[in-house]
Amino acid sequence: MSQLAFWRSGSTRVLPGFGLSMGISVLFISLVLLLPITGLFGQLSELSLAEYFAIITEGRVVASYMVTIGAAAVAALVNAVFGLLLAWVLVRYEFPGKRLLDALMDLPFALPTAVAGITLATLYAGNGWVGNIIEPMGLQVAYTWVGIALAMAFTSIPFVVRTVQPVLEDLPAEVDEAAMSLGATDGVAFRRVIMPHLWPALVTGTGLAFVRSLGEFGAIIFIAGNMPYETEITALMIFVKLQEYDYAGASAIASVVLFVSLALLLAINIWQGRFVRRLHGGKG
Amino acid sequence: MSIRLQNIAKHFANTQALEPINLDIHEGELVGLLGPSGSGKTTLLRIIAGLENADRSPQPGKILFGDRDVTNVHVRDRRIGFVFQHYALFRHMSVYDNVAFGLTVMPKKRRPSNGEIRARVFRLLEMVQLQHLANRLPAQLSGGQQQRVSLARALAVEPDVLLLDEPFGALDAKVRQDLRRWLRRLHDELNFTSVFVTHDQEEALELSDRVVVMSNGRIEQIDTPDTLYRAPKNRFVFEFLGDVNHLEGRVRDGVLTCGDAHLNVDLPDGDEELLLRPHEVRLAEEPSAESHLPVTITAISPVGAEVRVELEADWLAKPWLATVRHADFERLHMRRGQRLFAHPRQWHRFKEDAKTPEQQARVA
Repeated sequence: MSQLAFWRSGSTRVLPGFGLSMGISVLFISLVLLLPITGLFGQLSELSLAEYFAIITEGRVVASYMVTIGAAAVAALVNAVFGLLLAWVLVRYEFPGKRLLDALMDLPFALPTAVAGITLATLYAGNGWVGNIIEPMGLQVAYTWVGIALAMAFTSIPFVVRTVQPVLEDLPAEVDEAAMSLGATDGVAFRRVIMPHLWPALVTGTGLAFVRSLGEFGAIIFIAGNMPYETEITALMIFVKLQEYDYAGASAIASVVLFVSLALLLAINIWQGRFVRRLHGGKG
Repeated sequence: MSIRLQNIAKHFANTQALEPINLDIHEGELVGLLGPSGSGKTTLLRIIAGLENADRSPQPGKILFGDRDVTNVHVRDRRIGFVFQHYALFRHMSVYDNVAFGLTVMPKKRRPSNGEIRARVFRLLEMVQLQHLANRLPAQLSGGQQQRVSLARALAVEPDVLLLDEPFGALDAKVRQDLRRWLRRLHDELNFTSVFVTHDQEEALELSDRVVVMSNGRIEQIDTPDTLYRAPKNRFVFEFLGDVNHLEGRVRDGVLTCGDAHLNVDLPDGDEELLLRPHEVRLAEEPSAESHLPVTITAISPVGAEVRVELEADWLAKPWLATVRHADFERLHMRRGQRLFAHPRQWHRFKEDAKTPEQQARVA
């Protein structure tokens, strides 16, 4: 029925402009999203299946997966903790400079990632402000995977803060008060009353931060040191292949990143949708 | 458990939310805090609960539950039950888990066994008539049902006092009426001490043993609903407790004049303002020797036990409201646009000086 109505809609639809706006949206998505992805697959068609697998399972490339996924996982977990804390502070307390801090949260989105990368590299290098304090203590950040994780954490923290923040705003302070009036300690109230509301958003935000970190390039290469098998990230491998004019090879590795990211995004979306329905009165 | 407040004050930033207040609530009493918004009634309730702290300076106040001084006791240890206007149920938990929450978070030593918790929760759900919905989520219940869950949840921990913040404010009129009666019954049955906040006079008067009328952070009057309505201490209480008609004019030689209207009054010369309840206005086709108050009917609402009639006149700043019996309504063939004469059965007058309120009423 609904499909029929959709095709015969011209005269029955009340909101005007459906045809035009839908058409422009589809065109835009095609140009900006679908066309490049199709190009990617076009490149892949130059490879046989065996060649494809040889490229994506080459030792140096596999090592880069490990570095990327490991560092992204650490960055995402660190962001989960600190992102939650930041969101909590921004929603629950009033303090001078709150608006400024709130605006600063989006800086990693607005700042060119290369600028972030250079800044971090300068700060944490052996002669940098932070580097010359922590390196004598035996903590090496620049040119190790810790540096990679740091750069990833920097670029992806807004994902956690901005997904948790609205959910926390939606949770009235009365709910904490109710828990306390029933005798719950702060810890119990947080674990049993607040976290169950937050963790879907927290997992979503952390997942998005993780996916974002997988593809990050600009912020990382300056601080990573880029030693083969040690601190090379997958995005760099693609870049290296491109520099060698090996477009097919670059596309092969890119396709792996693309599939992993897409699969994760899809999983997050499906899972989140199910949870939201549950909370808002669908059948449990 | 009785509640005693001594010298409780509160200010937020630069505004004084509560002036120093003393209040005694007896054991087993159901007390309503009534006032317009911003009168400090919710702040007072939250201070009793421990969700807000009273000012420590200039003088620290004191809160006693029975003999126990709870002034510095955290809300979780005060043994209170709190019911919120918007229920504040835990949305991710079933009705059962919501009600059981207070019992399951008790420290291990005091926590009842699982079987006992189960029995107690179902007893409470039965009491609020929701045992068949134990496994539902709050979002699947109606507003009235959610508020009953929230009440059961508060009662589960057997609090010393039950505090309710506009408990029926978010519900529609019919449900509100039912819940009100039901709460009154529950209170009489279990006999706990409860304090509730409301801005609805009818609710306060119908439900409370005693009503505390508040305005601007002050207690205006504490009395039984009956006394409050019949003998308001000041003009604020009088005006807040029901519809009021104003008659302003100048008195000279025992006659109050206002435009082409006049009324014989036994008052000294000067400007006067008389107040009348709608039921104190009688309507007739003729003026009398005592009063000449010509009015025109502008609206009629025949719903309920009495007919509500809105009256206007050149000499009135604001329209009057009169309630007349259906019999009188039919006898006078009242209709919109009809010109009649108003006769005060009784009127009230409060002196401007609020410190020495004085009410005068007389039968005309």
